[in-house]
Amino acid sequence: MHELSLCRALLDQVSRLAAQHQARGVSRIRLTIGPLAGVEIALLRTAFPLSSRDSFAAGAILDIEETPLRVRCQGCGAISEVSLNQLRCRQCDDWRTQLISGDELLLRDVEFIMAAPAAEERAHVR
Amino acid sequence: MCGDCGCQLAPAITSDVAPPLPGRATTILRGLLADNDQQAQRNRRHFDTLGVLVLNLMSSPGAGKTALLATSADMLRGEFTMAVIEGDLATDHDARRLRAHGIPAVQITTGNACHLDARMVHTALRQLDLTGVDLLFIENVGNLVCPASFDLGQHRNVVLLSTPEGDDKPAKYPVMFRAADLLLLSKSDLLPLLDDFDPARAEGCLRELANPAPVFSLSAKSGAGMQDWCGWLRASLIESSRYRHDNVHAPRRT
Repeated sequence: MHELSLCRALLDQVSRLAAQHQARGVSRIRLTIGPLAGVEIALLRTAFPLSSRDSFAAGAILDIEETPLRVRCQGCGAISEVSLNQLRCRQCDDWRTQLISGDELLLRDVEFIMAAPAAEERAHVR
Repeated sequence: MCGDCGCQLAPAITSDVAPPLPGRATTILRGLLADNDQQAQRNRRHFDTLGVLVLNLMSSPGAGKTALLATSADMLRGEFTMAVIEGDLATDHDARRLRAHGIPAVQITTGNACHLDARMVHTALRQLDLTGVDLLFIENVGNLVCPASFDLGQHRNVVLLSTPEGDDKPAKYPVMFRAADLLLLSKSDLLPLLDDFDPARAEGCLRELANPAPVFSLSAKSGAGMQDWCGWLRASLIESSRYRHDNVHAPRRT
């Protein structure tokens, strides 16, 4: 259940970025997550609205882009699509492969809600 | 500079991304755990400055991490100086048990947290004098899922798999076992009773994860295989003092 910790780490970063850009809020957050990142994506989706409720990112949409699992064989150099617990080369069957995609855990991009124009703000104050 | 351990405090994290445009996404491309990773790097630099080799011990609850450390301390007394940071959900039983074997041990009680993170380790360092210490073990919270995602600043990951758990655990918990720099098949004294645990099958599952880490069977209770583990510790210490300042590696990530 470290998905809550991940949400906190995400919200810390996003809040800092929002403050830096003087944004009023955040409407959308996009993450890139690989199957070997150790994240249960369904749990993350459940945890996000709860942990962001009182934050800058309240109400933001969380988009998660999943990457494929790919390895490069250290023997024959072939690139294979593999499964979580079988990272063997699909060409020559060597187990000595290197993961080239599939363990990403990235904050990809954020859509900020920018401060209202000055005229609107004046109207609001009045 | 941090007043506790002398590490360099993090510079304020700023992003040099372009100012956001209304209705357009601003590209960030930063690790979700970047804050933790930065703290872990600071921990690692601190350990390197002191010349301490740090091992992160991970396993299920009850796989024998504390027993391994207690027996290791008895075997290596006079050869190396050890210290332990203990992660535990609720008690300090393990830390007390290790102190009884003469090992300085600091307890981190994580409450509900299922893993240690780099900041918790940094906080624990306030209570631990590492002067003259060769080996610092971080005994992570017993859990085969969450601890694998958090760099603590260690130099090596040691994962224990006890024989009663079954030999296919690496296939079931690929993230954890892929991170292992050494796999210890613990409680090998039970092997005669467990005809369904095959050490070769456990090793096979590890290789399927493209992990070349050495695999040793051992029993902290009977002492069988403990020499292999002690030999690995010696070799790691020699290697780390040779490479310490230029080639310290984070947990394997590609």
